[in-house]
Amino acid sequence: MRKIIRNPLALSGLIIIFLILVLALFAPIIAPYDPNFIDIESILIAPSLSHLMGTDGLGRDVFSRMLFGARISLLVGFVAVGIATAIGVILGSVAGYYRGWLDSLIMRLVDIMLSIPSFFLILAVIAFLTPSIWNIMIVIGLTSWMGVTRLVRAEFFSLRQREYVMAAQTMGASDLKIITKHLLPNSLTPIIVSSVLGIASAVLVESGLSFLGLGVQAPTASWGNILTDGKEYIQFAWWLSLFPGMAILLTVLGYNLLGEGLRDAMDPKNNN
Amino acid sequence: MLIGISLISFFIMHLAPGDVTSNESSFNPKASEESRQKLRELYNLDKPVMVQYGLWLKRIVKLDFGRSFSSHQRPVLWEEKDKNGNITKGLIQESLPITLLINLLGIFIIFSISIVLGTASAIKQNTWVDRSITLFVFVGFAIPGFWLALLLMYWTGVANQWLPISGLHSQGYLSLDLFSQTLDLLKHLVLPVFVSSLSGLAGISLYVRNGMLDVLHQDFITTARSKGLSEKKVIFVHALKNAILPLITIVGLSIPGLIGGSVIAESIFAIPGMGKLFYDSVLMRDFPVIMGILTIGSVLTLFGNLLADLGYAWADPRVRKGIIK
Repeated sequence: MRKIIRNPLALSGLIIIFLILVLALFAPIIAPYDPNFIDIESILIAPSLSHLMGTDGLGRDVFSRMLFGARISLLVGFVAVGIATAIGVILGSVAGYYRGWLDSLIMRLVDIMLSIPSFFLILAVIAFLTPSIWNIMIVIGLTSWMGVTRLVRAEFFSLRQREYVMAAQTMGASDLKIITKHLLPNSLTPIIVSSVLGIASAVLVESGLSFLGLGVQAPTASWGNILTDGKEYIQFAWWLSLFPGMAILLTVLGYNLLGEGLRDAMDPKNNN
Repeated sequence: MLIGISLISFFIMHLAPGDVTSNESSFNPKASEESRQKLRELYNLDKPVMVQYGLWLKRIVKLDFGRSFSSHQRPVLWEEKDKNGNITKGLIQESLPITLLINLLGIFIIFSISIVLGTASAIKQNTWVDRSITLFVFVGFAIPGFWLALLLMYWTGVANQWLPISGLHSQGYLSLDLFSQTLDLLKHLVLPVFVSSLSGLAGISLYVRNGMLDVLHQDFITTARSKGLSEKKVIFVHALKNAILPLITIVGLSIPGLIGGSVIAESIFAIPGMGKLFYDSVLMRDFPVIMGILTIGSVLTLFGNLLADLGYAWADPRVRKGIIK
C-alpha cells in the first residue's frame, strides 16, 4: 500500500477516483435538484450559482444529472469488469491448470473472440436486445474477458512448476483448493491491474454507446446521453457538451493512472 | 477459426427476440399472417436454426452474403448484374475502401508520430519533455473520441470554418480536376483520421517509450557506447531497430479496435464507410448486412495478423530461421 501512495501516477489516479466515487455515492444528498425535473421556465441557463453547470434544453439541472450519471458510469464499469474478470479467472485457471485439450479449446475461443471487432459485436447484440443498463453491463462483460483469461493462464503456467504447488499436490490437496488457495492469490497483482484498466475502457464503451443512442435510455441520465442532448445546442450552450466530456475524460484518466501506477509499483524490476 | 467466427456472427443474430417479418409488418398493419409466412419462406426464416446456418455458410463460401433487407435489396458484398445489364454495387464493396483508407492513413500517422514521441520521451527520461509527452499520452488515451470529434467539429467547422465537417466530398466535387478532387478528399479526411487515430497514437507512444527504455539498458547498447559510437548512432541504429520490432505485432492486434472505432467517427462525420453502414444496419435490424460486416471485419483482422506474422519473420532473421518462436 505504501508503494502505491509513493507512486505519483497511482496516487493522482486514486485521488481522482475517490473524489468521483464520493460524488456518485452521495449524489442524492449533494444534488441540488431532482435530475429529471423538467422546468420549462429555466431552459438553457448558463452556469451560475443556482445552476452550477447550467440547465439543459428541458430545463433540467445539469450538475444534478452529472452526479447521477456518475453512478451509472461507475456501476457499468464495476459490474462489466466484474463479469469479465470472473469469466477470465475461471477459464484462465482451467486452461492454465489442466492444460491439454481444455487449454486448446479455451485458447481457440479467445482467439476467435479477439478477432471479431468487439465494438461491432457489442453494437450488434445491444441492438437486438432492448438497450438497458443491465444488458449493456452483461454484453460489455461478455466481450472483454479474453485479456484476463490469457493473463491468468500465463501466470498459472509458471506458478504450477513451483515447489510449493507440488508440495500441496503431494499432500493430497484438491485441484480446487490448489487453484484458489495457492495459485490465484499469487497471480492477484496482474489481475487487479487489468481490472482497473478494464474499468476505464468499460466506462468509455458505455458512454460511446449512450452517445450513439444505444446505451442508457432517457430519461435516466448518463454522461453519454447528456452529451448527445448537448450536441444539438453546441453553438449556444457550450456547458452541455463540455462537462460530460470532461467527466468521462477524468474518470478514464483516473483509472488508467491508477492501473499503470499499480503496475509500476508492483513490478519487482522497479524496486532497485 | 473461420468457422467459429461465422458461428458467432450467425447465432448472435438469432438471440434476438422477434424476427424481421414482425419488424417489417409493424410498419405495415395490413400485412396478413399469410404474407408474413411468405416473407419468412423467402428468407428461409421458417427453417430450423441449424439448417439456416448451413444454408448461410454454403453461400458464404461462395462469397455470397445475400441481399440487404432494407436499402432496396442491394447485395451485401459485391456488385450484381441484372437482366438488363444494370450493375448494382454491393454495400460492403462501396463502403469498405473508405474505411480502409481512413484506417491505413491512421496507422501511418500513428506510427510516424508515436515512434518520434516515444523515442524522444525515452531518451529524455524524467525531464520535462518526457513528462509532457507522458501527460499527452494519458490524456489522449482517456479522451472520449466522440467528444473530441464534437469539439473539433464545432471549433474548426462551425466557429472558424477551416475544415469541412461532414461527408467525403464537397458540392460540385465531380466538376473539379483530379488535383482539387484529391485535395478536397484530404480536407474531408483530416478530422476523422485524427479522431480515430488519437488513442492509438497515445498507446503506441507509451509502448515505444517503454520498449526503448528496456533496450537502452541492455548490454549491447553499453557495448556500442563503450566502443565509442556516437550517441546518435547508438540510438537510431542500434536501439531503435530493436525497440520498434514488436510494433509489427501491435499493428495486427490493433486492427479490430481501429475497425470498431470507425463506427463512432464515421457516424459523427457522416462518412459512408463500413462503420456507418454497420450502425445504420443495426438500427434497421438488417441481418444480412450485420452478419456480412461481422464476418468481413473478422476476416480482415485475421488477414492483418497473418501480415503481421509474415512481416515479423521478414524483419527478424531469428524468427525466419526458427531460432525463436
